[in-house]
Amino acid sequence: MEKKYGVYICKGCEIADTVEIEKLEEVAAKEKQIPVCKTHDALCSPEGLDLIKNDISGEGVNTVVVAACSPRVKYKEFSFNGSIVERINLREFVAWTQEPKTEDTQALAEDYMRMGITKAQHTELPEPFMLEEIDKAVLVVGGGITGMTSALGAAEAGYNVILVEKQAELGGWAAKMHKQLPQSYPFESIEEPTIKATIDKVTSHSNIKVYTSSEIEKIAGFPGQYDVSIKTNGGPEQAKAGAVIMAAGWRPYDANKLEHLGYGTNPNVITNVQMEEIASSGKIIRPSDGREAKKVAFIQCAGSRDPGHLPYCSSYCCLTSLKQAKYVREKNPDAMAYILYKDMRTPGQYELFYKSMQNDPGVMLTKGEVTGVSEASDGNLYVDLKDTFLGENIRIEADMVVLATGMVPNTKIDAEVLAEWKTKFDEELKASGGKPDPNAPLEPHKVPNILNLEYKQGPELPVLDEAYGFNESNYICFQYETRRTGIYTAGSVRQPMHMLGSIEDALGASLKAIQCIEATAKGFSVHPRAWDQTYPEVNLQKCTSCKRCTEECPFGAIEEDEKGTPFHKMSRCRRCGTCLGSCPERVINFKDFSIGMMSSMFKAMDVPDEGLRLIGLVCENDAYPALDAAAINREKWSNAIRFIPVRCLGNLNLAWIADALSSGIDGMVLIGCKFGENYQCHFVKGSELANERLGKLQETLGRLQLEPERVELIQLSIQDYDKLPEILAEYVEKLEEMEPNPFKEF
Amino acid sequence: MSEQETNILVIGGGISGLTTATEAAEAGYTVTILEKEPFLGGRVSRMNKYFPKLCPPSCGLEINYRRVKLNDRISFLTLTEVEKISGQAGSYEVDVKLNPRYVNEKCTGCNACVEACPVEVPNDFNAGLDKRKAAYVRSEQSFPFQYVIDKAACKSDCGAKCREACKYGAVDLEMQAETVKIKAGAIALATGWKPYDAKKIDNLGFGTSPDIITNVMMERISSGNGPTQGKITRPSDGKEVKKVAFVQCAGSRDENHLAYCSAVCCLATLKQITYVREQYPDAEAYMFYIDIRTPGTAYERFFNNVKDDENVKLIKGKVAKVSADPATGDIIVEAEDILAGGKIKVQVDMCVLATGMQPTVSEMKLPSDIKINENGFAVIGKDRKGIYAVGCAKDPVDVAKSVQSATGAALKAIQTVGRLS
Repeated sequence: MEKKYGVYICKGCEIADTVEIEKLEEVAAKEKQIPVCKTHDALCSPEGLDLIKNDISGEGVNTVVVAACSPRVKYKEFSFNGSIVERINLREFVAWTQEPKTEDTQALAEDYMRMGITKAQHTELPEPFMLEEIDKAVLVVGGGITGMTSALGAAEAGYNVILVEKQAELGGWAAKMHKQLPQSYPFESIEEPTIKATIDKVTSHSNIKVYTSSEIEKIAGFPGQYDVSIKTNGGPEQAKAGAVIMAAGWRPYDANKLEHLGYGTNPNVITNVQMEEIASSGKIIRPSDGREAKKVAFIQCAGSRDPGHLPYCSSYCCLTSLKQAKYVREKNPDAMAYILYKDMRTPGQYELFYKSMQNDPGVMLTKGEVTGVSEASDGNLYVDLKDTFLGENIRIEADMVVLATGMVPNTKIDAEVLAEWKTKFDEELKASGGKPDPNAPLEPHKVPNILNLEYKQGPELPVLDEAYGFNESNYICFQYETRRTGIYTAGSVRQPMHMLGSIEDALGASLKAIQCIEATAKGFSVHPRAWDQTYPEVNLQKCTSCKRCTEECPFGAIEEDEKGTPFHKMSRCRRCGTCLGSCPERVINFKDFSIGMMSSMFKAMDVPDEGLRLIGLVCENDAYPALDAAAINREKWSNAIRFIPVRCLGNLNLAWIADALSSGIDGMVLIGCKFGENYQCHFVKGSELANERLGKLQETLGRLQLEPERVELIQLSIQDYDKLPEILAEYVEKLEEMEPNPFKEF
Repeated sequence: MSEQETNILVIGGGISGLTTATEAAEAGYTVTILEKEPFLGGRVSRMNKYFPKLCPPSCGLEINYRRVKLNDRISFLTLTEVEKISGQAGSYEVDVKLNPRYVNEKCTGCNACVEACPVEVPNDFNAGLDKRKAAYVRSEQSFPFQYVIDKAACKSDCGAKCREACKYGAVDLEMQAETVKIKAGAIALATGWKPYDAKKIDNLGFGTSPDIITNVMMERISSGNGPTQGKITRPSDGKEVKKVAFVQCAGSRDENHLAYCSAVCCLATLKQITYVREQYPDAEAYMFYIDIRTPGTAYERFFNNVKDDENVKLIKGKVAKVSADPATGDIIVEAEDILAGGKIKVQVDMCVLATGMQPTVSEMKLPSDIKINENGFAVIGKDRKGIYAVGCAKDPVDVAKSVQSATGAALKAIQTVGRLS
């Protein structure tokens, strides 16, 4: 597209009261030689917009630079189909935050003009990345209640589904239940299991192909084109899929580790899983002598909420014990159930079920810490509790004890297994001439387990350090986020949850799988840049195969060919631009965002011999809106800083700092999201990587006789906009105390 | 009556509605969001931080708003009231009243109308803890960033100062309500919740002293964009707080009020304790609870972290009475202490009632076959395809669960509307 530029400057909202508009026009028309340059009192008004639209239709303008307000407002007004639009934020970044009509304010506005026009000169319209073929089937791994619900969810939306279950039968744990918890209001009576009906629905659905007694041998490819190898009883099978849902479920915590609660030493101490089996086969019979149990004690948090075992709450056990107490009471009205708990956790409307059980005189609920289980006469058991009501210690005699054991996700790799793999990997590394670090922990997703992804970064989904092996999302508001595009998790592999929760969770995962397939088919990114049709374009001729991009990509989108040259599997890419930042050869660029664009923007700035000139690179999702919010409050900040939004601080390429400082710019402040535990970066590690890269820069700056403190990274939450002026002032003050950048003179 | 068509109509623009809408739209469907207030964001836009990460809701809202802004398949209408829903799955017709904003799309957000407006009224966004003008925008992060005039608060004799002040012709005090008919294939009810009216809980003293507040008020007091710029002080005299009591199950798990557990209040209180403790290294917090309900992984870890703080006292027991000491103005909380035995009486600077969530779906005009259960939640029969209840319209849930629920509802809605061609 041959570009024809039009620059439009708004005079409204105090802009014309703050700066001299004619001089801004001069920057565009004379310095930058823009043929069409116009001003308007209120550019967003219908008349102002007509000005632009008429130039687009009449003059052939196709690259529109709007110097007015923040791009976060008036987005619809300043959107012109088929044209490149660049917004210069004169209102928030100048008019509302600077002293009116000063030389420095004018210089700031003029620099924003230069930078904005330069950016437009380096921007091209996106040409979406299209796969030649796309397979729209959804692969569901796991045939329990979650997997089956996900499968039906996608199938009923018209998509083909491949369902792979390890066991010989579908149904998972739900199929082993005697009865199920109430599924709907009034949440009072336990129900006959509905799992059979679900299995029938799945097996008879024409869109669903079921593989039982099967496991995933390998998943190669990328969203839209996954090649799935399935190991079945009848030999290997191949399938194609567009997206994947992992619903691999859970296993009960190993009760053999609960000796202190009598498990393994007394046969009448059983788990809640065994209790389902017993109830399914008739009366509540205790294992030791086949006698009917008439006093059944349920010990809650058996292994859960216990730093020695599972530090977390398994969420389902309180409700399950209430349900099993109901078995005891229904099967024999003379029998008693004791539930010994730390806290009764029946959130939501399940409280009504709890209440109904509380009203049953045959169910005794006691808060306390179980201190031990010991043998009484006749095969019975004593359960000792402390810290009960009134602080007393009590002893309960029961003829059977049920341990409400917790939930371990099937994605959890046990420590021993992890250690074995660590040894194996270290040996392999040594054999190939590497130097293994025996102290470096092995990340669990490097160990093949369920998905066996053919990804350079490892065969399984990365999990959060603090998630105990669960594949939970780091983001409260985006529950289905994983670090492998197109692969979503659902049910108890994601979070400990009960059946009703799993059913709801499963449907959300189906939607995300479908969404990824449809976005990929149209060449769009998926969350969080779902509108984005640009993608990283790599000039491979200049690539030195240093592999930094392969390692740093948060989503495992970059693979390497036989020669070790990296290449993007584009539909895995979320367009965060971490690779762009990582590349020392500067060969990774987007149509609307590139290394050269940024360097040119820095160079476009007017750097006088005297006077501080600083650049602020800001995360566009958090820091940029925070600046806007401060501006709305008419907070003032230094006129020395020119802010430029980036997709993520992970975009930071060290070349930018070199380019900026060598052009005489005095310093650079990088404002991004909190990193470390509970990180807030929506691209996982953007600000953290930027920080690491800065660490490497310090030495270089030292060699250039430049103070490393000239470049500073600030972690800022979007909500801390009220603190921004002070933070910026501190940074500027620090720079003011330094000598001017010596490169100014060159 | 003008007409619009959309694949999916989402009623409610809070976190549940926004999620349903964006997820469905990004799967390729057209969506219209109806919001009754002048701005999107709902309850979460009033919160300071999310538990357990203590991250700001505005971060995720910013992403969601951007998803709305940049997606041509999503449109939204504010200040709406649903008047009638008729039809069936695939072809619903919904009559929607659009209440006037009195500010048109020419609004640039320059704030001149606010500066000119002579009227001050209690600020509903800040739970009435401060004042706002009749012309207003909720906060710096409001979306849409288009001002609104609260006509009910206007003085007729001010001479339309806001209209005079607006250079852009955006103030239109003659704007009339209109009705629009929206045809939709599926409907998601994401109507959300309101805090249970604490005045109804006689023994907890709400209304007898300004220092007995609700958890919703506490959230505003702790927010940087709230009435005190985030400084936690007691409302009566602006004094810093040294001792704060939190009363759990204020209305919840109580057959005289809300029979169910509101599922969020334990975590909300633990979170609010971190607000107090972060601001005041010496302050003490008392939490009176029946059961601490922090299910799962991160929630339990969050509970443990707060519990390990020695200035936090957890007392298992139902609160019998909250009252103001007539002599000092301090708040006295009387409760039974179940574990220690006997009664406990604590004198504090401020008392926060962890009021529960009450669903608002029953306030809507719904088709007759959609039932509301005794708790106020929507019960939609299995054969009623095409209308789906989301988030707190269906169950008391936190943000994470609302998001799951909303994403699942988006799936059901697209199933109804039909497979993409």
